[in-house]
Amino acid sequence: MPHWLYSPGNMTVTSENIITVKNLVKKFGSFVANDRLTFEVKKGEIFGFLGANGAGKTTAIKILCGLSYPTSGELSVAGFDIYTQREKVKQNIGYMSQRFSLYDDLTVYENIRFYGGIYGLLKKEIDSRAHSLMLQLGFESARNKLIRDIPLGWKQKLAFSVAILHNPKIVFLDEPTGGVDPITRRQFWDMIYEAAHTGITVFVTTHYMDEAEYCDRVSIMVEGRIAALDTPDNLKQQFDAPSMNEVFIKLARA
Amino acid sequence: MKRFRGFVIKEFYHIFRDYRTLLILFGMPAVQLMLFGYVLTNEIKDAKIAIYDPSKDVVTRKISDKILSSGYFILERNLRSVTEIDPVFRQGDVKLALIYEPGFAQKLEKTGTARIQIIGDASDPNTANMLVNYASGIISNYLVSMNSEQVPLQIIPEVRMMYNGELKGVYMFVPGLMAMLLMLISALMTSLSITREKELGTMELLLVSPMKPWQIIVGKVFPYVFLAFADACIILVLGNLVFGMPILGSIFLLLLESFLYICMALSLGILISSITNSQQVAMMISLVVLMLPTILLSGFIFPVENMPMIMQVLCHFMPPKYYIIIIKSIMLQGNGIGYVWRETLILMAFTAIFLGISIKKFNVRLT
Repeated sequence: MPHWLYSPGNMTVTSENIITVKNLVKKFGSFVANDRLTFEVKKGEIFGFLGANGAGKTTAIKILCGLSYPTSGELSVAGFDIYTQREKVKQNIGYMSQRFSLYDDLTVYENIRFYGGIYGLLKKEIDSRAHSLMLQLGFESARNKLIRDIPLGWKQKLAFSVAILHNPKIVFLDEPTGGVDPITRRQFWDMIYEAAHTGITVFVTTHYMDEAEYCDRVSIMVEGRIAALDTPDNLKQQFDAPSMNEVFIKLARA
Repeated sequence: MKRFRGFVIKEFYHIFRDYRTLLILFGMPAVQLMLFGYVLTNEIKDAKIAIYDPSKDVVTRKISDKILSSGYFILERNLRSVTEIDPVFRQGDVKLALIYEPGFAQKLEKTGTARIQIIGDASDPNTANMLVNYASGIISNYLVSMNSEQVPLQIIPEVRMMYNGELKGVYMFVPGLMAMLLMLISALMTSLSITREKELGTMELLLVSPMKPWQIIVGKVFPYVFLAFADACIILVLGNLVFGMPILGSIFLLLLESFLYICMALSLGILISSITNSQQVAMMISLVVLMLPTILLSGFIFPVENMPMIMQVLCHFMPPKYYIIIIKSIMLQGNGIGYVWRETLILMAFTAIFLGISIKKFNVRLT
């Protein structure tokens, strides 16, 4: 088995809940984007958050990250209440958007230093982490290159590394594999596993159903509701489908 | 504080790596000042005139000499008949025509009255008006000097133009230009730099981080305070060295007021960036909504007092107007804060209002 293929049964998954969501509702006017979402994410888990475009994934992830307020519902992230302990929540999460947002006109190192800096890391820590990151990613030659001059795949890896630079308890990945080739996608999942092995909980949204297979558990959203939530194997059994793709299609048509 | 420093350093990287912006930032004030100072002048020199003088006597020659030696006019043509007036204007060079009635000196002596017609090319009304005034001024001066022995009762107004004795246009342009450029740099550049982060998606990352929204905003506008301030100094120094624009009042007060104005413009830039998420829209708003009113409604070029009532009311809502009043008062009249405290307060109020709305908008956006 190639090393990137992650064996089911993540050894680092615990029974402790790191995200608890109860009856999360988000309305924009009369439109209900999230309809009474209820789920838990276990510490150390890779949690897949699936759904078609417009199903409400991004709305939910933004609420969990503190970028948007819920209309109602109880939410706790990394053990902190999202309404009253926002700052604590922010200190303990990392976020990577689908645009691999880095500064085009700063170098690789300057980006790392900047993001480390806004999380309050000391220069020494940043430098040592930047150094090991470069080695690990094989980026030593690119250290002083501007982001606009490096390939998209590198940008993606760097964006992820930056999102977990401050050792967050949870990292939220919003469609992190859009627009890159299949090989780079696999390499990227490798990085996700490595992060999960160090105990970071990974909350990932995607609409590539093959990626759903790599998750410990997945929830599938349809029109603002959670239509299914279980391990990929259980879901395939439950819906009598050979692949997650089939599961998704059956759910979406139902 | 360390976070904040890192943030500001990053912001300076953005600015200094973008040569075009830098060029605009520091090239624009110099170029604009030269343009306004040398090109857009409303002082009149060597306007071409045509003269129709059928009598050609001592008096008409004297008047013509006076007019032509004033420095305002040069003779383009002597007309041979009245019918030439229209064609000569149509050719476009001649801006003013002077027509003496036949037998001018004789009539003046016999009846005490003689007539001169002054015809201006009012397809350019401002210039025509000024030229006509200059010409009639010269003529009445001559009349006064002619009469001085004969008429005992005379009222001779002695005019003195205070604070700008030579009526130099540059005294008007330097304050106006400062108001315009500081507004442009502060509001445009900040709104662009904030919307750029929104477009890139890095704004989300910043908002997810433990940095507070106000820290992000302050960090983003902070460098522009320096840049705009540097620009203000460039304009002041150039205006003083090249055009002799005086600074009679306290330089410290002048800089302080400029700082206040910059803060006002920055908060306006923040407001613009809270309304839109795209750099293009931000640029459009800054240029169209800020630039034109700054030029037209601030008293920069066109005097507010001459505008229709509605426009005058509108002018009261133009922050640059107050800044121009303040710095003119300081630079040309040498006044202290005692004379401009009201305008200063108004600028402060504008700043507070813009910031208030931005904060409110920002919170709404988050929900």
